[in-house]
Amino acid sequence: MENERLSLPNYNIPEDLKDVVAITTLDRLYNWGRRSSLWPLTFGLACCAIEMIAAQMARYDMSRFGMEVMRPTPRQADMILISGTVTKKMLPVIIRLYNQMPEPKYVVAMGACASGGGPFKEGYNVVAGIDKFLPVDVYIPGCPPTPQALIAGLIKLQEKIDKDSLKKVRWYNKEKKDGNYVPMPILGPDLIDVRRNAEIRDIAAAKTTQESA
Amino acid sequence: MATPTLTQTVDLVARFPGKVTADERPGYSGFIVTKESLIEVATAVRDEFGFDLLSSLTGVDYLAENKMEVVYNAYKTTGGAGLEFKVQVERVDPIEVPSLTGIWRGAEYQEREVWDLYGIKFTDHPDMRRILMWEGFEGHPLRKDWKEAFYEEEIKPYKSRWPEGKHTFAEDRNPFHDNLNLPKDFDPEKYVVDKEEDLYASLERHTMKDEEGKMKTDSVVVNLGPHHPSTHGVLRVAVTLNGETVMGLKPVMGYLHRNHEKIGERNTFTQIIPYTDRLDYFNSMSNNFGYVTAVEKLMKIQVAERAEYIRVIMAELSRIQNHLIFVGMLINDLGSMFTPAFYVFEERELILDIFEAVSGSRMMCNYYRFGGVVRDVSDEMLQKIKDLVFERLPAKTDEVERLLNENELLVGRLKGTHVLSAEDAINFSVTGPVLRASGVPYDLRRADPYSIYDRFDFDVAVRHNGDMMDNYLIRFDEIRQSLRILEQALKQIPQGPINSQKPNYQIKVPAGEAYGRIESPKGELGFYIVSNGKGNPYRYHVRAPSFVNLTAIEKMCIGTKIQDFVALLAMLDIVMGELDR
Repeated sequence: MENERLSLPNYNIPEDLKDVVAITTLDRLYNWGRRSSLWPLTFGLACCAIEMIAAQMARYDMSRFGMEVMRPTPRQADMILISGTVTKKMLPVIIRLYNQMPEPKYVVAMGACASGGGPFKEGYNVVAGIDKFLPVDVYIPGCPPTPQALIAGLIKLQEKIDKDSLKKVRWYNKEKKDGNYVPMPILGPDLIDVRRNAEIRDIAAAKTTQESA
Repeated sequence: MATPTLTQTVDLVARFPGKVTADERPGYSGFIVTKESLIEVATAVRDEFGFDLLSSLTGVDYLAENKMEVVYNAYKTTGGAGLEFKVQVERVDPIEVPSLTGIWRGAEYQEREVWDLYGIKFTDHPDMRRILMWEGFEGHPLRKDWKEAFYEEEIKPYKSRWPEGKHTFAEDRNPFHDNLNLPKDFDPEKYVVDKEEDLYASLERHTMKDEEGKMKTDSVVVNLGPHHPSTHGVLRVAVTLNGETVMGLKPVMGYLHRNHEKIGERNTFTQIIPYTDRLDYFNSMSNNFGYVTAVEKLMKIQVAERAEYIRVIMAELSRIQNHLIFVGMLINDLGSMFTPAFYVFEERELILDIFEAVSGSRMMCNYYRFGGVVRDVSDEMLQKIKDLVFERLPAKTDEVERLLNENELLVGRLKGTHVLSAEDAINFSVTGPVLRASGVPYDLRRADPYSIYDRFDFDVAVRHNGDMMDNYLIRFDEIRQSLRILEQALKQIPQGPINSQKPNYQIKVPAGEAYGRIESPKGELGFYIVSNGKGNPYRYHVRAPSFVNLTAIEKMCIGTKIQDFVALLAMLDIVMGELDR
């Protein structure tokens, strides 16, 4: 337990106990455990996924930071990397994967498309940013971000985890039992966010009055 | 070693008087066939005139003339120029054209795409469903009068951005404040979602009985993907299984449909170049190459001599890294996680370093321009490429081959599985290494030379068994041939300007149509472009090799084991950016 991040400073530990005792807070211990083994979901969408693969290869070697154990199933993953353009057709699948992930879970939007639609924003089948549906923890700019940028983004996520507190994290919040469950959007004549049902109905009705007027 | 271009003239008008007319619009070529005689003419095109490969099939919406057009581009696998014919129909729903799937099976997915995006129904098509969008989606997006939710103006540059630049957010202009386009009086709560019954009905189902006819067993439907570690992106495949044997199979795509063509038709010609990078994102250099080739054909301009060499060097380097990744990924999917991939990615990084040095970006190079390339390659960089090509890459290719080729497990999995015969491959419009592995020496660099490929001495890699092992080995053959081309190009490259045109953001392209195609690492990459003389293409279509090659997958899989299917997907070397566009 020589990790400097873990031990609190200014506590006098007797010399002969230095190797066996560390004084720290529960939060620090908890965050240290979380941050050092982030398991991402093996999940690639588009161009960015290729740079994600490159980041795992010998030259960049993501595993130096303890985030290389890609899991193909969402039920074993801690983090979902949205690596590419989110299309309307794909979105329900992404939401389902996210809902299947156990808490604590993190979302990283990799690249311009996942962050805000990118060059394809105007497209009819493109969702302008995954943050319209999922709570994003870190945005990584670039089209695609280089492997260095990806690793920098994931280190940012680790820094964010360092600031977590057991008292505040949403997965121990009793009032919010379903955690971060996101209702599944449906594919109708266009992509429909079911959270906005009432609003959509009103606007569609207003469209009619406008046209007849 | 130039191959003579076979410019034998095919006169369909003389053969079919009254049924076929020559297309006489300025800048256009080919023939216009009446709807009623399409099947007859197409059969003659294949059987009498010998155009056995249907390369591209696409639609064009001529809104002003109130016409819809379907354009067919057929070629001979023995090489030479192609034959273009078209069908024009009145633009009144329901629009119907006879399906050509009975003549060229390769038309199947392309016709479904035209139905999806243009609403042209193909009669007698075996499986007429939407392919890129989902069933229930409102409208046919590529029609000229269909407007997307974030529609701003017909063409770019938009007045709001240039020259003043008072941009408003697309969300603020849309009544739903989102990328949403819903019919009036729509009520989301009453909407009944499509359960994909059509898809499952299109799969072949079997009920089997044991020998005494007592026990009945049903086949099982399994969905692979769109989130699956071995589908190479977001492809989904619905399969019916009898035990482990595949009885029926349908790929479901469109999970990465990024509306390339709709956005492309709003863009200016130059603005499209960076978008082509994102088609086949392993080979942005090849995509650029195909697109500028098509537009240059329309503009009728010469390419600067030095730029021709730079183009070939970059395209061949791209092919090498593509095939290296192919090997890594194939073996990854066969179960040898990562180790071979580590070897090949090491070489890929070195090639990407060159791309980054010359273009500024590792993957999205945006490097080719009409008439040349955007930046010169320094002597120092050329030296680096030479070191790679003359020393490192040949040795490393040998090393990878030595490590893998005789591995018992690899040979056991690949040899004799998923055989595709030459006839089937041609009939399904399969191109690229997969076609050549089944014994057809059809390589556009030889069959219909573009750029300066006729100056180089190289062999068309070809193998004859058509099984997975040959498909695997042919990639190494191609790497060797690419290295041969590179060696010659690096010795011959002259000094001089890198672009024959002045750098210009806005180019005018004369009215007309052009179908330009190149041999991309995955097969024949074609661009069909219609210009109406303005700064934007009227029609911009990408004939993606991944998409068309996938047509053969049903034929190849039925009756084989599901485990081998994963390897087959890797072997077809599909990339979703290009498949779904």
